[in-house]
Amino acid sequence: MINTALVSWKAFGPIVPEMFLVCIGLFLIGLDVFAPKRREFLPWLTVIGCLAALLMVAGEKDIVGFGGMIICDSYAAFFKVICLIGVILTALMSEHFRRTEGLNQGEYYSLMVFSAVGMLLMASAGDLMVLYLGLELMALSIYCLVGMPRNDGRSAEAAMKYLLMGGFASAILLYGISIVYGLTGTTNISQIAKFTVSGNLLHNPALLAGLGLMLAAFCFKVAIAPFHFWTPDVYDGAPTAITAFMSVGPKAAGFAVFGRVLLTGFPQFHDQWGILLASLALLTMAIGNITALSQTSIKRMLAYSAVAHAGYSLLGVLSGTAEGLSATMTYLLTYGFMNMGAFAILVLLASPGNRRESLEDYKGLAKTNPMAAFLMLIFMFSLTGIPPTAGFVGKFYLLKAAFGAGYTMTVIGLVIFSSISAFFYLRVVRYMYMSDPQENISLDFTPGISAALGIALLGVLGIGLLPGSVIGQAATALLGQ
Amino acid sequence: MIPLSWYMSLAAILFAIGVCGFLTRRNLIMMFLSIELMLNAVNLNMVAISHYLESMRGQVFTFFIITVAAAEAAIGLGIAITLYRSRKTVHVDEVNQLKG
Repeated sequence: MINTALVSWKAFGPIVPEMFLVCIGLFLIGLDVFAPKRREFLPWLTVIGCLAALLMVAGEKDIVGFGGMIICDSYAAFFKVICLIGVILTALMSEHFRRTEGLNQGEYYSLMVFSAVGMLLMASAGDLMVLYLGLELMALSIYCLVGMPRNDGRSAEAAMKYLLMGGFASAILLYGISIVYGLTGTTNISQIAKFTVSGNLLHNPALLAGLGLMLAAFCFKVAIAPFHFWTPDVYDGAPTAITAFMSVGPKAAGFAVFGRVLLTGFPQFHDQWGILLASLALLTMAIGNITALSQTSIKRMLAYSAVAHAGYSLLGVLSGTAEGLSATMTYLLTYGFMNMGAFAILVLLASPGNRRESLEDYKGLAKTNPMAAFLMLIFMFSLTGIPPTAGFVGKFYLLKAAFGAGYTMTVIGLVIFSSISAFFYLRVVRYMYMSDPQENISLDFTPGISAALGIALLGVLGIGLLPGSVIGQAATALLGQ
Repeated sequence: MIPLSWYMSLAAILFAIGVCGFLTRRNLIMMFLSIELMLNAVNLNMVAISHYLESMRGQVFTFFIITVAAAEAAIGLGIAITLYRSRKTVHVDEVNQLKG
């Protein structure tokens, strides 16, 4: 007689939002297949589904599920909120984007939702196994999304580059994990920290090598130099809405993993990884900002700016303190809003057959479309870090955290490189306001894009004018209730 | 019994061959195969360690890696086909529209 253990549904509590999103994703495919005439509802359904998941995440209590594999704490919840906001804004943008690019398929939205599930799992991963699975679920969905426009050779090239580099990075991550597993005998992140102390592994070179391999793979995922080479090409070739999505969600999820693994799994090695990440952050800021100077395509410029901003965000992680991590979390939320806003303007300006991605296309935009130009001005100011926008607040807290932890050189680097970045962000503003229009662009403010721009503007100005509330949220997320 | 270090050395050699293949080959399919070789080196490592430590985690992990690798190969070949349709090549040096 075999005793069958009854499945306790309570055990699934920690992954209810993820399971809900999987159902939404399947429903979207189903709707696409059985009601192809109702495709205009797909983006709105995605938004509603993600909003519901957002509420579930916000209402979650601190629980650890599946024997420590899934950790639902406020740290994870904060990152989940960033990722879900990213999906919501992308879906709203896509509602406009499908009119110009014709990406109508249901898979588009369901893949987006599936990659969101991967990000949520990454944010709450308590075990390297869950971390890997979440990472791959996120990455595989995004490879497909990048290669979605089947007739466009550029996006196929971008998808190929992303897949090759992504596959290589995950193989390196796995090799690092296998070394760590061999030395500590566990894949549970918090257990690893215990075993490194009890097993006297603090000066073990093999463990350091394993950690180094894992760090290299994470750096790849969030586009930290020298692992950033895929970023400009992939961001440039992907459909614009997907580029916006890639620059926010996966980055936030990557930093969630960064923080969790380094601060929970390897806190004793802070002396080693702190200085390593400090030099990588400097290198990333230098490469991102200096290469962005010479770009003529605004999409490519934003890709290099994404590299630079990954470098800024690293400042909070490398300080290794709760304060630093909360600064990174705030910065990623801020970056989500301002970058999504800038990409929404790109999506808005594109028309069928003419993507208007070059800087020249922005000449005189203020005369033909003052509203779009003004919004772009705010997002560019925020990306530069000019008060009273959110970008300033975010950078300020990052500087404070890194300075407090004693990384003075990196702080000086950030200040220098962000003043260099003012050149190429404000060049867009100069083109818009101080040049004569090339052509009369008539813009179509559809409900989707208007909503996306509105939310992004609210986020940028809201965090900029009332910084305390968000920082407070991020701080309580780390320091406990 | 074969000592653990032999397995781990074999895995390290396989992984190194995979890395070299990935960096030197320029055919998309060969690059995918090199990644598969790297993943299989990891699998070997995981299973050997799991057996040696008598812990199940490594073996469970291996199953997940195999599954994900299959999914990745499917997507990779799909992308290779789209690329071939638009460019008539799978040689990565000739796929260079995006640069700057």
